[in-house]
Amino acid sequence: MSGTFVGMPAFPVAAREAVGDGTLRANLRHATHTIRAKRANAVAEVSDWAALREAGKQIKDHTLRRLDDYLVQLEEAVTAAGGVVHWAADADEANRIVTALVKETGESEVVKVKSMATQEIGLNEALEAEGIRAYETDLAELIVQLGKDRPSHILVPAIHRNRGEIRDIFAREMGEWGRAAPEGLTDTPAELAEAARLHLREKFLRAKVGISGANFMVAETGTLVVVESEGNGRMCLTLPETLISVVGIEKIVPTWRDLEVFLQTLPRSSTAERMNPYTSTWTGTSDGDGPRVFHLVLLDNGRTDTLADEVGRQALRCIRCSACLNVCPVYERAGGHAYGSVYPGPIGAILSPQLRGTASEIDASLPYASSLCGACYEVCPVAIDIPEVLVHLRERIAEGGEVTREGNKVVLRPAKGHAAERAAMRAARWAFARPGVLRAGQRLASRTRRLHPRSLPGPGRAWSATRDLPPVPAEPFRDWWQRTNGGKDGAK
Amino acid sequence: MRVALFLTCVNDTLYPDTGRAVVKLLTRLGVDVDFPAAQTCCGQAHYNTGYRHEAEPLARHFADVFGEYDAIVTPSGSCGAMVRELYPRMGERARAEGRGDSLAATLAPVVPKTYELSEFLVDVLGVTDVGAYYPHTVTYHPTCHGLRSLGLGDRPRRLLGAVKGLELVELPGAEECCGFGGTFAVKNADVSAAMGADKVRNAESTGAEVLCAADNSCLMHIGGTMTRLRAGIRPVHLAEILASTEEEPAV
Amino acid sequence: MSSRERILGRVRRALADVPRDDTPYERAVERAYLREHGGLGVEATVDLLAENLADYRAIVHRATEEELPAVIMRLLAEHGSPYVLVPPGLPPEWLSAGGPTRVDDRAESTPAELDGVASVVTGCAVAIAETGTIVLDGGPEQGRRRITLIPDHHICVVRVPDQVVASVPQALGRLDPARPLTWISGPSATSDIELDRVEGVHGPRTLEVVLVGGE
Repeated sequence: MSGTFVGMPAFPVAAREAVGDGTLRANLRHATHTIRAKRANAVAEVSDWAALREAGKQIKDHTLRRLDDYLVQLEEAVTAAGGVVHWAADADEANRIVTALVKETGESEVVKVKSMATQEIGLNEALEAEGIRAYETDLAELIVQLGKDRPSHILVPAIHRNRGEIRDIFAREMGEWGRAAPEGLTDTPAELAEAARLHLREKFLRAKVGISGANFMVAETGTLVVVESEGNGRMCLTLPETLISVVGIEKIVPTWRDLEVFLQTLPRSSTAERMNPYTSTWTGTSDGDGPRVFHLVLLDNGRTDTLADEVGRQALRCIRCSACLNVCPVYERAGGHAYGSVYPGPIGAILSPQLRGTASEIDASLPYASSLCGACYEVCPVAIDIPEVLVHLRERIAEGGEVTREGNKVVLRPAKGHAAERAAMRAARWAFARPGVLRAGQRLASRTRRLHPRSLPGPGRAWSATRDLPPVPAEPFRDWWQRTNGGKDGAK
Repeated sequence: MRVALFLTCVNDTLYPDTGRAVVKLLTRLGVDVDFPAAQTCCGQAHYNTGYRHEAEPLARHFADVFGEYDAIVTPSGSCGAMVRELYPRMGERARAEGRGDSLAATLAPVVPKTYELSEFLVDVLGVTDVGAYYPHTVTYHPTCHGLRSLGLGDRPRRLLGAVKGLELVELPGAEECCGFGGTFAVKNADVSAAMGADKVRNAESTGAEVLCAADNSCLMHIGGTMTRLRAGIRPVHLAEILASTEEEPAV
Repeated sequence: MSSRERILGRVRRALADVPRDDTPYERAVERAYLREHGGLGVEATVDLLAENLADYRAIVHRATEEELPAVIMRLLAEHGSPYVLVPPGLPPEWLSAGGPTRVDDRAESTPAELDGVASVVTGCAVAIAETGTIVLDGGPEQGRRRITLIPDHHICVVRVPDQVVASVPQALGRLDPARPLTWISGPSATSDIELDRVEGVHGPRTLEVVLVGGE
């Protein structure tokens, strides 16, 4: 399987395959249902959850509305603390910057903390092309890397794999990358974790360059924050001599104090814990403790385009907890790969078409990959109204309109594939604006009801392939109302 | 109090029994309900499919038709949510697009007066025991827009709990979407069908005879799946259960 | 144009709808959430810390100042550690009961060298009761970040009740962001296999917390 998402088919096509894959369905169902109940308990434990959620939303909104000021403030603070700040307008530029920084060290391998931003820009592939090997150290990322697979979840990129599949990947692949898996490795999670510990330790101990993302950046102090569980983050952030962090510009919070909100909401939403096992914070470099050189690469790559959309910009509040994935009934059945992006699930369905635009088949189909049930919005710790943005993006596709791409305003034309739908919507609006026309249509349907087929041809087959059609009644309600004077005349 | 029945286009066309049940129920509770004949569609399907501008004239029409009533009652959580949650948003968007306050001002009066049926019964009329009789085992599926957009909470369950002869059994995974989702049902038919099948299996596992919900569009999807899967359970709208009495029992 | 100017320019154009006199930070966030949950007394807060540490599989011990050296010696012996890493400012009396050979963390030690040491003893900067968290800030009793990372067995001494706060907001107020901080809640863990929690991956797999204080 390819490691990239280029040329992905539209969501419904990719989802069809996943829906028919029994193992995948069972893996996803088991994992998402396990975490769903735990998250609900972890959140219920905190009596002021609604207030924390609202404060998180407000902090992020305020930051986005002053993002230019906070970026400059952050840059000053990081620089004052001994860090070097770089700016990358897009993925290519970020990859060029990081590659050059690694080459300057003379090293040909790096250890990586799990980072959505570096996944998004395809950093590993860019480094590989320059002869630099990047080792993923998060357990799930390791499973994905060893399995030559693609991530399918924000928190647990290998969620689509069960323990048996993971055992097989470790046994087969670890030896190719370094220390082989122990003989007789079983599929118990503790043994698999132990195998990863042994495999990665030699890499941590000799690593000279670490690459990370960050969960938060504090503008006031220049502090970066990485929230993790396994300790691989601590290894990468403290043992190497050089640390390079690639972080999206929306990850800023204004003050140190603001962390008091997110360090309460993120762990409970993400892994359903009161607190994740390890959180590391660092401000520039420290004498004699940790890396001597620190580079921060601030990444745009579509974020400012997203910011330009007054409705869509709320997606930039996301703190990547993945609670929306875990409760999503569509994600549970379609799996993460169908979303064709490192950001799957509900947040991916609103983030990818904004970061990348809606020109590709997959991006144009993502806003429709939802029944608008609203479970994602309900659990979001920063109250992103995902259904609102989905509908807004549908509108952009169906009706066209002005958007920003790479900093420039462009006017999108209504999508071609939606011409028939657009005509139907117009016709329906025309009819619904005229009660007489609606009534005539209803009567025609009732009179011809014995002729209606049980299955529909053409696009209607999408309904009737799995569902029977409801029988059309002998008369619409409005005729009954008129005939019986609202039932007062006694007739049934 | 002048009360209007906002039946919804789907119920008017396909589910007139639900409309008759609401009329029968409200009449029994002493409410004189009117059906404004000029009503058509709230515009939800247009709005949610990305045709907000096509939905605007329908929303204006809705406000024209229902504006003069004191209360607007609808047996549909999703159409109720369209008016209550999305009409204000349409007004805001029009304003943000530089089209002034006209749409917001036109729609504002109907927003707070629109009630989903169970809200009207519990909050406005103050009843939970509506004097119904329905001697069947029932499981209840809270539809998404009623549950999350309107916040119906336990109102429907309290109403069902007070029905004589009715045995209410818990539906596993009750708050999971059934997979209808309007045009989602055809645009992503495979996922929609898988969600529907899971909902039906969960409903069947309860041993109930009837799956009750307060939204016929969801029930159309669930019911169509039930008959296709030959499941031993059938869909019934909440209004039809609440309208049923010992003298005139619903089947 | 530099990418810095390009990005900042894009941000400013994207925010054309936001008035320059937009609500300032001080008034933009309504902090209606609690400073702490429950308002427990001092003793109950320490008990809650012990309970939450244990809930995430840290092993909790209690000791008086006098008992502390013996407790530490016992824990090291039980772990069978011939060597113990110590931060530069560890109070000498903590290891005064004898036991394994002390290894000082020196700047020139390599990670590979430290990998041969089984245990580490440190103090902490603050402990958070509601989440069962201990926070290290690299102070003299705690040392460089790596010494609590590479050994497989970490003994952390918390002075109660002085170093204990109830909540995350209270902890942040006590901490200095300029120092490198490590927040530790139980031994390392992962949820990466079927979203089920398993303890023990890269960090110390055994975390023992000694709550010291009182009579």
